[in-house]
Amino acid sequence: MSRAQQNRVAITGNEAVALAMKQVEPDVVAAYPITPQTDIVQYFSSFVADGEVQTEFVTVESEHSAMSACVGAAAAGARAMTATSANGLALMWEVLYIAAGLRLPIVMPVVNRALSAPINIHCDHSDSMGARDSGWIQLYSEDAQEAYDNILQAVRIGEHPDVLLPVMVCLDGFIISHSLENLKVLDKEQVTAFVGDYRPDARLLDAKRPITVGALELQDFYFEHKRQEAEAMVRSAPIIEAVADEYARLTGRKYSFFEAYRMDDAEVAVMVLNSAAGTARAVVDQLRRRGVRAGLLKLRVFRPFPGAALAEALAGLSVVGIMDRAEGLSAAGGPLFVEVRSALLGRPRHPLVLNHIYGLGGRDVGPDQIEQVFADLLRAAEAGEARQQVTHIGVRD
Amino acid sequence: MSERKPGWKQIPRGGLILEAGNAAQYLTGDWRSLRPVWDPEACSHCLFCWVYCPDAAILVAEGKMKGINLDFCKGCGICANQCPRTGALTMVTEGSVTAQAGS
Ligand code: SF4
Ligand code: SF4
Repeated sequence: MSRAQQNRVAITGNEAVALAMKQVEPDVVAAYPITPQTDIVQYFSSFVADGEVQTEFVTVESEHSAMSACVGAAAAGARAMTATSANGLALMWEVLYIAAGLRLPIVMPVVNRALSAPINIHCDHSDSMGARDSGWIQLYSEDAQEAYDNILQAVRIGEHPDVLLPVMVCLDGFIISHSLENLKVLDKEQVTAFVGDYRPDARLLDAKRPITVGALELQDFYFEHKRQEAEAMVRSAPIIEAVADEYARLTGRKYSFFEAYRMDDAEVAVMVLNSAAGTARAVVDQLRRRGVRAGLLKLRVFRPFPGAALAEALAGLSVVGIMDRAEGLSAAGGPLFVEVRSALLGRPRHPLVLNHIYGLGGRDVGPDQIEQVFADLLRAAEAGEARQQVTHIGVRD
Repeated sequence: MSERKPGWKQIPRGGLILEAGNAAQYLTGDWRSLRPVWDPEACSHCLFCWVYCPDAAILVAEGKMKGINLDFCKGCGICANQCPRTGALTMVTEGSVTAQAGS
C-alpha cells in the first residue's frame, strides 16, 4: 500500500470522531446524546440529514436502547456504531456484555467523563475503566488525531475473523473533545478501502442460512463460550499490531500498544492514558534538561492488557508512577496501577511502583502536578522505598 | 447423555446456533419436578388442556386427547388447572413416579 495523500484540517476532537464515522459510513448508527459526546451525534445526524451518508440513523430513547439497537443491527450483519460518555455508558452496562458475548464488532467512541455522584460533566476515566472487564477492546487516544486514527483501526481490529469483539475508542471529554486541533485526515475513498466490508460468516438477515443468536446456555455451554471470548481477547493483540502496521504504511502514523518516550536510559517514569500524555511529555523534556533521567509511558491499548510487554518496558526503572484518572474505590489503588503492578510481579527485577490518582471530575492537571509526581518518584528512588503507595494529587487537604 | 459434549474450540462462536429448527432436540422436560398424570376414563376430550399447554406437550390425534409428551412437558400444571373433569389430570411429584417405575 502506498502512502496516502492527506488533508490538513483544524477540527475539534468530537468533529474528528464524527468525521471518522462519516468516512467509515457504517450501516447503522444508534445513539443518544450526552455531554461531552453530544457533538458527535449531532454532527453525524447532520451528515444523515444532508444525505452525505447512507447510514440508517436510529434515534433511541436511552443509551441502553442505543447499544441494544447496535447489537440487533450487528447480529443482523450490519456494521454498527454508537458513541457515549459517563452515565450513558453506565446505562449501557448489561448490553455491553451482551455485545461482547455475542462477539459483535461494534465500534464505540467513549468521550471520557466522570461518573455521578456528585454529578459532573468533565473528564476522568471512571466511565471506561468501570467497563474494563466487559469484553470490549479499549483503545485510548491522546489527542484528536489519535482518536481519528484509532476509530479507523478499531473497525478493522474488531471485525477481524480472529477477533470479533466490540471496540471502545476513548478520548478525554472537553480537553480533547472540544479543543480545536490541527490534524491530518484521509479521504473518504482511502478510508473505504482501508476498512473494507463487514462480512460476518453468520448473520440474522441471511434467509438462506437461518441462525439463532442469543440462545440460553446453562451449566453445559456458557463456560465454553466465555473461554472462546477470553481467547478472542488474547488473539486480538497480534491483530492490533498488524492493523497498526498497515495504517502506518498508509498514513505514516505508527501506533502500538504503548509509546515509550525517552525510556531507554530512564531511572524514573510516569505512565498515563489519554491527554495527560502531552503534558507529561513536556515535563519529561524539562526534567531531562535538568539532568533527571525521566521517561514517559503512554498506554494506548488497555484491553487486551499488554502486561508482558509493559513489564519489559518498565524493567530498567528504579521507580514508576502509575497515574490513574479514576479512583478504583477498591482501597487498593487505581485500576491502571493494580494491573501494571500485577504484570510486574514475578519478574526477577522490577521497579518500585507508586500510584498517583489525579484529575478526577475534570480537575486540571498541569505540569506542576506531574512534576510533583516525579519528585515523589525521585524521593522513593533515593530512599529505596515509598512513604506512601497511593497518593491523590491536586486535591485539597 | 453420557457422551462428551464438544469443547470450546469446536462450537460456533458467541453461542450462535447455525442449524435451523433444532430446538426440538432440546428436551425441555428434563428438569420437571411435577408431572401431570392423565386418566382416560375421566377425560371428556374437551381439549382444554391442549389449548392451554404453553409447551404443546398435550398429544392429540383425531380430535381426541392421547396423552402427554413428557420430553417437553415442564410440569407447570396449567393443564390440570384448566381441566373441567375431576381426576382427569392430576399433578404428582416426579419423585413419586420415578421411585415406582423409573422414567
Ligand atoms: S404440566 Fe404444563 S407443560 Fe405439562 S402438559 Fe400440562 S400444561 Fe403442558
Ligand atoms: S382438559 Fe381434561 S377433560 Fe379436557 S381433554 Fe384435557 S384431560 Fe381431558
